[in-house]
Amino acid sequence: MAQHEALPVGGPLMTRPFKLLLGFLFFWAILLIYRFAVGIGPVSGLSDGYPWGIWIAFDVVTGTALACGGYAVAILCYILNKGKYHPLVRPAILTSALGYSLAGLSIIIDVGRPWLIHRIPLRFHIWNHSSALLEVALCVMAYTGVLWLELAPAFLEKYKDSPKVGAMARAGLAFFDKAMIWIVAMGLLLPTMHQSSLGTVMLIAGWKLHPLWASPVIPLLFLISCVGMGYAVVVAESSLSSHVFRTEAESGMLTKLATPMAIVLGLFLLLRFADVLFRGEFGLMFSSGLLSLMFWLENLLMFWSIFLLSGHRRERFSNIASAALLMILSGALYRFDAYIVAYDPGPGWSYFPSLAEVLITLGIVVLEVAAYIVIVKTFPILTGRAPADH
Amino acid sequence: MSFDRRKLLKGFAAVGAGAAASALPAEASPPKPEVPPDAFGMLYDATRCIGCRACVTACKNANGLPGNLYDPPEDLSGDTKNIIKVYDHGKTDESYVKAQCMHCLDPACARACMIGALQKREFGIVTYDPERCIGCRYCQVACPYEIPKFQWDTPTPVIVKCELCHHRISKETGKPMPACCEVCPREAVISGDYRELLAEAERRIAENPERYWPAGSPKIYGKTDGGGTQVLYLAAVDFEKLGLPELGEAPAGYEAAEIQHTVYQGFIAPVALYGLLGAVLWKNRRSAEKKEEE
Ligand code: SF4
Ligand code: SF4
Ligand code: SF4
Repeated sequence: MAQHEALPVGGPLMTRPFKLLLGFLFFWAILLIYRFAVGIGPVSGLSDGYPWGIWIAFDVVTGTALACGGYAVAILCYILNKGKYHPLVRPAILTSALGYSLAGLSIIIDVGRPWLIHRIPLRFHIWNHSSALLEVALCVMAYTGVLWLELAPAFLEKYKDSPKVGAMARAGLAFFDKAMIWIVAMGLLLPTMHQSSLGTVMLIAGWKLHPLWASPVIPLLFLISCVGMGYAVVVAESSLSSHVFRTEAESGMLTKLATPMAIVLGLFLLLRFADVLFRGEFGLMFSSGLLSLMFWLENLLMFWSIFLLSGHRRERFSNIASAALLMILSGALYRFDAYIVAYDPGPGWSYFPSLAEVLITLGIVVLEVAAYIVIVKTFPILTGRAPADH
Repeated sequence: MSFDRRKLLKGFAAVGAGAAASALPAEASPPKPEVPPDAFGMLYDATRCIGCRACVTACKNANGLPGNLYDPPEDLSGDTKNIIKVYDHGKTDESYVKAQCMHCLDPACARACMIGALQKREFGIVTYDPERCIGCRYCQVACPYEIPKFQWDTPTPVIVKCELCHHRISKETGKPMPACCEVCPREAVISGDYRELLAEAERRIAENPERYWPAGSPKIYGKTDGGGTQVLYLAAVDFEKLGLPELGEAPAGYEAAEIQHTVYQGFIAPVALYGLLGAVLWKNRRSAEKKEEE
């Protein structure tokens, strides 16, 4: 690891844009207080017909998939033993840790009786083993903890030379050095379980979910696409942060991600179409109106992404960045469709997110960005040196 | 590619294949839920209902829910567990229909609920315990009849649905006394042991076969639909028009539980995968260290 050293970005924290973020978060907090004072109905477009909206479909389901960078890079780095990707690990784990923590916060905002949430992990004697959602809840809670543990060395490294707590920090680092294998193994197991179960969750909706999405392989599709989205986010985040913080761009490394990305995408498309054909739902790809359109939009975005990643096109970094964005879009769309658009509770119901609902989701994203800035400026996460004056 | 790594990829594939395969044989033979020995239920005969809504008021009173007859609710909601709806498409194509929980034999809501706030219990009644409910609303996603309702306008919401008046147990018979059935002036909705109700429904059909839908071989909705329900329906029009969906004989959304059970049976697959992952990581690290030494 010594060859790519991660360093704090440094520089002043209270820049103008950062203050803007904080200002927004202040109003966001007031909105949240209102949400908890009056209930979910008045602030959202949710109803008994559409009990789940963007707080679940975007903040939790898409949010955690986007937070699979840590998982996706760990597969490359630790399982396929491609050490060259190592500089990508820490920033990826950080975005994952933030993403999962904020998905947790979203769940607290979304559920009606959040003061009882702790009973889910604690009352293990009454766990309902049939519930895919239970597995998701438990795994997400555990994985959030695992991610922060994976990141702990970054925090400890900052203090290892301090006269006061240095000894403790060094002891901690030594411990993590030994234990990390088992923590990382957890960090590989848990997403495999819950990212697939996030697909299983919607299978219970039965006739309410359109057959193009309600498939027995939906868990596998969710799992594969979260890996793809993980890589895509690593590319996007890395090029963005090297741009913003003017650290050394990892574009050489990111270009190499093109191959695994293309493989994952190809697998997804293969399974997606094979499944529809095998189940004999071929006609539905064309006869379902808006949903047929959504189906093709999802998959064409992905084809386009593969196109940009293949042949000599992949040698240009801008193509890889575009492919990453397309993949993110396509994966997010797939999740939105499976959770909202292709979910039809029957006549008389409709859903469109309210302004307050959108603002609450936006606040989650802003909080994530603000926390990311604070952490990379203070702790050794990114590789490459930043100009000291930034 | 090392031997371990190949084993690991196989492990991943096994979890995935397990998930996929579980659904395939399942399609051939969906589970057939059993009728609990003490199953209690309701029989609603739409051809007898005159739409007086006495049952709606009685349900509100028996369950301490707000509302009155002069401002009747239009649908089930966070304060309405029972409703009479009108289906009106001309003289020969009209009917009333009662809606409340169907008390499924294999309830999707209970399979969904994380720590069992919704559960099938005594008399086969599907009950709700707010002490176990976090308000995730997954039961609403799961229920094929759109029965569980959420209280949207309060900071301390609960799920509201018919629990077959299991809080009104008769001292004489030791069985529930559904308030809606007590007040019905025409015996359009009656309650009793599930098996007796089924026999009664068959008796009514035998007596007046031309009265019921579909002509020729009238159907008892709930006998097998969605795995079967403890609330049974008779009607003169297509049940789908009355909001009772065509479900087939398999319990609604059972594939989800099937996948969970197959992949996570005894927790063997996850533990094995964890061990395998650990082994591969350890091996990879060893080889990396060796390289550094050289
Ligand atoms: S009708 Fe819905 S709420 Fe009632 S038992 Fe069946 S699944 Fe549960
Ligand atoms: S809302 Fe409550 S009753 Fe419904 S599934 Fe969630 S925890 Fe269970
Ligand atoms: S059984 Fe009780 S709770 Fe259910 S609809 Fe009848 S009166 Fe209401």
